[in-house]
Amino acid sequence: MKSRAAATPFGLWMGIFTVVPMAIVLWFAFTDANGTFTLANIARIWQYAGTYVDSIWMGAVATLICLVLAYPVALSISRKAEHMQRTMVMIVMLPMWMNFLLRTYAWMTLLEDQGLLNQFLRWIGLPAMHLINTDAAVVLGMVYNFLPFMILPLYSVMAKLDNRIIEAAQDLGSNGFQVFRRVILPLSAPGIVSGVTMVFVPAVSTFVISKLLGGSKYMMIGDVIESMFVGDGCDYNVGAALSLVLMVLMLVCMSLMRKVDNGEDELGGMMA
Amino acid sequence: MNEKKIIELKNIAVSFDGEPVLKNLNLSISDGEFVTLLGPSGCGKTTTLRIIAGFITPDDGDVFFEGKRVNDLPAYKRTVNTIFQRYALFPHLNVYENVAFGMRVQKKSNAEIKETVTRMLELVNLKGFEKRSVSKLSGGQQQRVAIARALANKPRVLLLDEPLAALDLKLRKDMQAELKNIQKSLGISFIYVTHDQEEALSMSDTVVVMDDGEIQQIGTPQDIYNEPENAFVADFIGESNILDGVMLEDYLVEFFGRKFKCLDAGFDKNEPVDVVIRPEDIDIVEPAKGHLTGTVTAVTFKGVHYDTIVDFKGFKWLIQTTDYYGEGSVIGIVLNPEDIHIMKKSAYSGMFGDYSSYSEEFDELGDAEAAAEAEEEAEG
Ligand SMILES: Nc1ncnc2c1ncn2[C@@H]1O[C@H](COP(=O)(O)OP(=O)(O)OP(=O)(O)O)[C@@H](O)[C@H]1O
Ligand SMILES: [Mg+2]
Repeated sequence: MKSRAAATPFGLWMGIFTVVPMAIVLWFAFTDANGTFTLANIARIWQYAGTYVDSIWMGAVATLICLVLAYPVALSISRKAEHMQRTMVMIVMLPMWMNFLLRTYAWMTLLEDQGLLNQFLRWIGLPAMHLINTDAAVVLGMVYNFLPFMILPLYSVMAKLDNRIIEAAQDLGSNGFQVFRRVILPLSAPGIVSGVTMVFVPAVSTFVISKLLGGSKYMMIGDVIESMFVGDGCDYNVGAALSLVLMVLMLVCMSLMRKVDNGEDELGGMMA
Repeated sequence: MNEKKIIELKNIAVSFDGEPVLKNLNLSISDGEFVTLLGPSGCGKTTTLRIIAGFITPDDGDVFFEGKRVNDLPAYKRTVNTIFQRYALFPHLNVYENVAFGMRVQKKSNAEIKETVTRMLELVNLKGFEKRSVSKLSGGQQQRVAIARALANKPRVLLLDEPLAALDLKLRKDMQAELKNIQKSLGISFIYVTHDQEEALSMSDTVVVMDDGEIQQIGTPQDIYNEPENAFVADFIGESNILDGVMLEDYLVEFFGRKFKCLDAGFDKNEPVDVVIRPEDIDIVEPAKGHLTGTVTAVTFKGVHYDTIVDFKGFKWLIQTTDYYGEGSVIGIVLNPEDIHIMKKSAYSGMFGDYSSYSEEFDELGDAEAAAEAEEEAEG
C-alpha cells in the first residue's frame, strides 16, 4: 500500500489543478450558452486558422532565436568555476524578478518612433526605423522575456556534463567542433527539449507582448482568446474551444520535437 | 623495447595557485617501455600524465615527442591516448560506439571501424557487448571498454591513470596480467600511474618513484627494491628497517656499535649514512650465535610469514620469518653483507624505518603518519 500512500498527494494535486480545470474547459468548449452539447464552438476555430498559424510561427521563430542565443551562454556558464557559475546564473535570472509588464512597457518606450533607439539612430546619423507594432518587435519581446527559461534548463543539463568526458573526446582526436558535435550537443539534447518547451508554449499563447509591442490591430491567438473572456462580445464557449485546440496543437508540436530528438539519438548511435 | 626515446620531459615545473606541484621533473621513456609512476596521493602523478597528454602546459620546461618539442601541441593532435582515472566513457553511446569514437573522428570507413572494434572487444574479452549501454556495465567491464577505446586509436603511447584502482583484488590481478600482455603484444609504450607498489613492481620495465612533485628514483623494479636511493623510497617500496650508521671505509659500515661488512662503496670516510635492512633478509639464530640479540615484543600472523617486532637496545625492528617466536623470546640475528644496503643521508633521513609504534592500524594509516606518531611517542 506504500505506493498508493505516496501517490495520494499527487492525486489530490492532479485533481485540483489539472483534472477539474480541464473538465471545466471541456464543458465550455462543447456546450452552448444554454449548456446543451454542441460542436459549433469547435467548428468556429476555422475562422482563426490563420491566427493559429501566425502564432505558432512567431512562437517558433522566438524559440529558435532564444535557443541560438542561450546555447553558447549556457555552455560558457557551465564551464566556469562553481562560484562564478552561481553568480552568472543569478545575473541571468535577475530580470525575471522585475515585473513582466514593466519590462514590456520598457521595450515600448525604447522601440517607439520617437523612442530611445530611434533617437540614438538619428544621433549617429542613421535613418530612423519603424520598430514598434511590427512582427519583429513582438518576437523581440518574446525573446527578451523568455530567454532565461531557455538558458536555465540548458545550463542545468550542461553543468552535469563531466569535464573528463570532454577531455576524453579531445584525447581521442576530436578538435573543438567535433567535441561539440559528438559529445556536447547530444548530451545537452534533454536541456534543448525542456528549454524549447519552456519557451515555445508561453510564446505561442502570449497576449500581453503582442498587444503592447504589436499594436492594437495586431492579433495573436492569445489575444483572440483574451477577447473571448473580457469586454464586449465575449464568448466563454468559443474561448474555451480555442484554448483547447491551442493546447492540442502545442502537444502535437512538442511530441514532434521529441520524436526528432529521439530519432537523432538513434541516428547518432548508428552513424555518429 | 628499444633505446629510441619516444617521450622526454625536461625540467618540467608546474604550479597551481602558486603551489608548486611538479618541481624540475626530468623523465624519458623509450619506445615500447612499460613505465610506472609510483607515489603517494597528491605527489603529482596525474599532473605528469596530463602534461604528456596535452591537457596541461608546463610553466617551465619542455615536452618532447620523438625529439620534437610539443609543448604547444593540443591534446587532440597527439598520438597519445589516455585511460582516465575514472574511465570517462561517453554515456550517450553504446559499447561499440565508445570504442569506435576515435575512428569516427578520423572518418575511417565503416568496414575498417567494424573490423577494429571487433578485434579490440575480443582483446579485452567483451565480445557480444557491442550493443550494451555503458552505464549498465560493471566497473571492470567499463574499465575494459576504456582500454579498448584507447587502443582502437592505435596510440604510440598509452597513458593509464590508476586504471585498476576501483576493481576488487581478484579482478585487479587478472587485469594486471591482461594489460601486461596487451602491452607486450602491441609493443607500444605504457605510462602507468599507481600508488600500489606491488602492481608497480610486478608490471613495469621501469619504476619512477615520486614524492612531493619530485622524482625520488628511477630504475628497474629490482633496482628500486634492492638499491633504494633514500629513506622515502626504501620505506615506500616494501618494508624497511632504517638505521643511522657511519661508513667507516668502503665495504665497512658501523651501526649499533658494531662493524658490519657490506657491498657498498664510494662514500666519504666516516660519512654518516642510512642503513636499510629488509625484514625478510634477516636470519634468526640462537642468541649466542647472533651479531645482535634482541627480545620479541609483538608477533602478527600474516599468512606466509610472521611479522615479528624485535627490540634491539630500544630500537625496534620488523623481521619477517616463517618460524614462530613468541612474545618475550630472546633471539639472535645474523646480517650478511648482501642483506645490508647503504644510502646517502637525505631530507627523508630519520622519518621512516622505525617500528617502535608498529601495529596493524598504523600500517593502514600510511607510513608518513605512522612515522610522525612514532616520533611523538618517542618524545613523550
Ligand atoms: N587543477 C588543479 N588546480 C589546483 N590544484 C591542483 C589541480 N590539479 C591538481 N592539483 C594539486 O596538485 C597536486 C598533485 O595532484 P595530482 O592529481 O597530480 O596528484 P596524484 O599524484 O595524481 O594523486 P592521486 O594518487 O590522489 O591521484 C595535488 O596537491 C592537487 O591538489
Ligand atoms: Mg591522480
